[in-house]
Amino acid sequence: MDALNDKPMTRWERFKDNDIVWSFLGSPGAMIAAVVSTVMILACFFAPLIAPFDPFDPAQISLWDGKLPPAWVEGGQSQYVLGTDNQGRDMLSTILYGGRLSILVGLAAICLGMVMGVILGVIAGYVGGVTDAVIMRLADVQLTIPGILLAILINGIGRAALPLELREEFAIYVVILAIGLTDWPQFARVARGATLVETNKEYVQAARIIGLPSWLVMVRHILPNTLRPILVIATIGLALAIISEATLSFLGQGIPPTTPSLGTLIRVGNEYLFSGLWWITLFPAIALIVLVFSVNLLGDWLRDALNPKLR
Amino acid sequence: MSNLLEINGLNIEFPTRRGTVKAARDVTLTVNAGEVLGLVGESGAGKSTIGNAIIDLLERPGRVASGSIIFDGEELRGKNDDEMRSIRGDRIGMIFQDPQTSLNPLMTIGAQLVETIIKSTPKRGQEAEKHAVDLLEQVGITEAVARLKAYPHQFSGGMRQRVVIALALAGDPDLIIADEPTTALDVSIQAQILDLIKNLCRERNLGVIIVTHDIGVIANIADRVAVMYRGEIVETGDVAQILGAPTHAYTRSLISAVPRADAKLERFTSVDYIEGSATDFRRIDIQNHWLGETQNHNHDGPALEVENLNLSFVLKSAVLKRNRRMLKAVNDVSFSVQQGETFGLVGESGSGKSTVARLIAGLYEPDSGNIRVLGKDIGQARKTSESRAARQALQMIFQDPFSSLNARMRVLDIVAEPIRFYKLTENEAQTRKIVSDLLDHVGLGASAALRYPHEFSGGQRQRISIARALASRPRILICDEPTSALDVSVQATILNLLKDLQQELKLTMLFISHDLPVIRQMCDRIAVMRQGEICEIAEVEPFFATPQHDYSKHLLHLMPRMNLLTT
Repeated sequence: MDALNDKPMTRWERFKDNDIVWSFLGSPGAMIAAVVSTVMILACFFAPLIAPFDPFDPAQISLWDGKLPPAWVEGGQSQYVLGTDNQGRDMLSTILYGGRLSILVGLAAICLGMVMGVILGVIAGYVGGVTDAVIMRLADVQLTIPGILLAILINGIGRAALPLELREEFAIYVVILAIGLTDWPQFARVARGATLVETNKEYVQAARIIGLPSWLVMVRHILPNTLRPILVIATIGLALAIISEATLSFLGQGIPPTTPSLGTLIRVGNEYLFSGLWWITLFPAIALIVLVFSVNLLGDWLRDALNPKLR
Repeated sequence: MSNLLEINGLNIEFPTRRGTVKAARDVTLTVNAGEVLGLVGESGAGKSTIGNAIIDLLERPGRVASGSIIFDGEELRGKNDDEMRSIRGDRIGMIFQDPQTSLNPLMTIGAQLVETIIKSTPKRGQEAEKHAVDLLEQVGITEAVARLKAYPHQFSGGMRQRVVIALALAGDPDLIIADEPTTALDVSIQAQILDLIKNLCRERNLGVIIVTHDIGVIANIADRVAVMYRGEIVETGDVAQILGAPTHAYTRSLISAVPRADAKLERFTSVDYIEGSATDFRRIDIQNHWLGETQNHNHDGPALEVENLNLSFVLKSAVLKRNRRMLKAVNDVSFSVQQGETFGLVGESGSGKSTVARLIAGLYEPDSGNIRVLGKDIGQARKTSESRAARQALQMIFQDPFSSLNARMRVLDIVAEPIRFYKLTENEAQTRKIVSDLLDHVGLGASAALRYPHEFSGGQRQRISIARALASRPRILICDEPTSALDVSVQATILNLLKDLQQELKLTMLFISHDLPVIRQMCDRIAVMRQGEICEIAEVEPFFATPQHDYSKHLLHLMPRMNLLTT
């Protein structure tokens, strides 16, 4: 074999050699989606550095500047590129800060759902029997209830349980918990399916013959081999979680208007839509759609790239 | 008379991102009417590619770079898709490896046959149906009229392959390309199908190309043979000449690698033409080597004792016991293996031999019975420190080299796993030293340690598996069909390695295989299993000379004969 004579590849060479990277470089759609989502996510995270105003600083807000249209429309002012909202906050800055919150909540929620779902799914798949039945029936029951309803329910309970003065402060964590808890069944299902496949493979049997305890077999051997499909649904799930957060906020169940997320912005703007102040709701909506769409495209591409049958 | 099929200077390329792969290089072949041409070679030799190129079904991105394919006086290259479609099926029939996937499971046999007949002949309605019955009768299916209404799943594997052959014959072709037509079938059915193909070839004056990796198939059916090696045809000739007096070095080593059924050899000779076997097996000083440190087990009795082992699988579960359906996978199995002995377990698929191996390895819990390893009971109380030590003395090598290694771990971590888990060394540097020693010892070279499994071929992966098994310093090695997924030449090198290791480390081996010639080369004693029970336990040489049990005689009778192999 020639392969044995040359030196083993370095990390970087192996990265370049990777089929995923190769597939990525050959798919313009994925590259555009990646660039768009990366730019948006970076812009949101560096909002304090980029944004022309700080929407949370009362000194920078003046009600006199409220309800100004975008700069290119008659009556618009050049320092407020996308106009201002009813309180006189710069729309662009508010969208950047709001997007940061939306993405953070989405990421945290999906991580929560993923960790919970993957742990339960791998255990269900590997242990089997009664454990498997209990965990998976629980997931089935939860899947029969529409996710957003469940999120509203958890959110409601979470708020009611908190003392009044803490509600505002902890609203974000309650939303994260609500979305995360609705997301775990799909992760559990995928993780269990992948675990069942991997458990039957001979490398897992070899590990058991060596005498490794079950948890070590699961963590070291099964878990890394189930991560591919989980990565795919996590990406698509991130887009869904951002949408869920926006929906909750739009319904007034999510993030309070004092620290707006994209959903809250759309809701606030919605009230002024028929007064002709279209920019307050349109620009956050566009930002949300573009962000979710590009993350979703990325997830779709990832699913195709990681599926050996389609390669 | 001109040839039915003439291939001249055919080059096939697969452009990939890592450069162009030449799957076939300057291939020249002829097939005459009424003749079976065997195209033999190992995996990756390019034999299937040539079959696919003839009917223009090359897998993307493969393409014919140059050369000509002349079928019945007509050039096939450059024909458009419509023209090729009428040639496929009408003039050239195809038989594929897996009868399971070449039939549509949702259509009756009759409907599939009639569909093909209508497509490729002028026959319609009643006439087409009658033709379908004729075809089924020709391929030896009885009660053909009734069978037309059956679905593929109601047929056995051999019957299905007959239907596939009937489908191939539906358009009354002049040439049939059979790609590994019997590889997915049991031995006894294999012989029948090969006979059928040969008879059809003679009766209908067909040209047949059999693509196969199996020298036994070639010996049974082919008139002429073309041997392929890495995209090139290294030798073409009469079957008796190729098998009896091969001229090319590759053909010689290929034939010598086929396990002999008629005599036991010390080891496989002259298999040096094969990848990965260039390194010679170097003996180590077992007294002073890490591997030898557990040599002094003070146990005199048998290495492995199995007593009245039973295991049932639940086929259909129910609350009431009488409604449950159980399968007795292992039924009252007892045997013992002496230290340093190789004990073979033989049987057809489903006989329970692999289940016995997994019971002994502790992957399944027996319903009842005792298993003693070096005198220590591991049937019950598995979790004690004694059973832990016993388990360490026992390791397993699996069948499928592609799923038996964790793709996400480096070879170093795979082999070092038992060493690190049992803390067999004092520090990491020592572990690494031992791993590279082990890899070197199984013929891989120490640089293999930092690579990932996908960078290795099947035979090399099996060597990694062996190194991992040795890393626990086992006294007993269970080999579950260790070479049945490998090419015959690679099989020979792996079997040689196992033999060398056994002699050197005085290992006890439990060797499981369906392949009797392999068993004969490897084992001292064997047990024949059938439907979960042991039929016969015997010394290997007397067994092959005078089998006692009826089933043993049956198995030996089915063993492929290769009288032409006189080397």
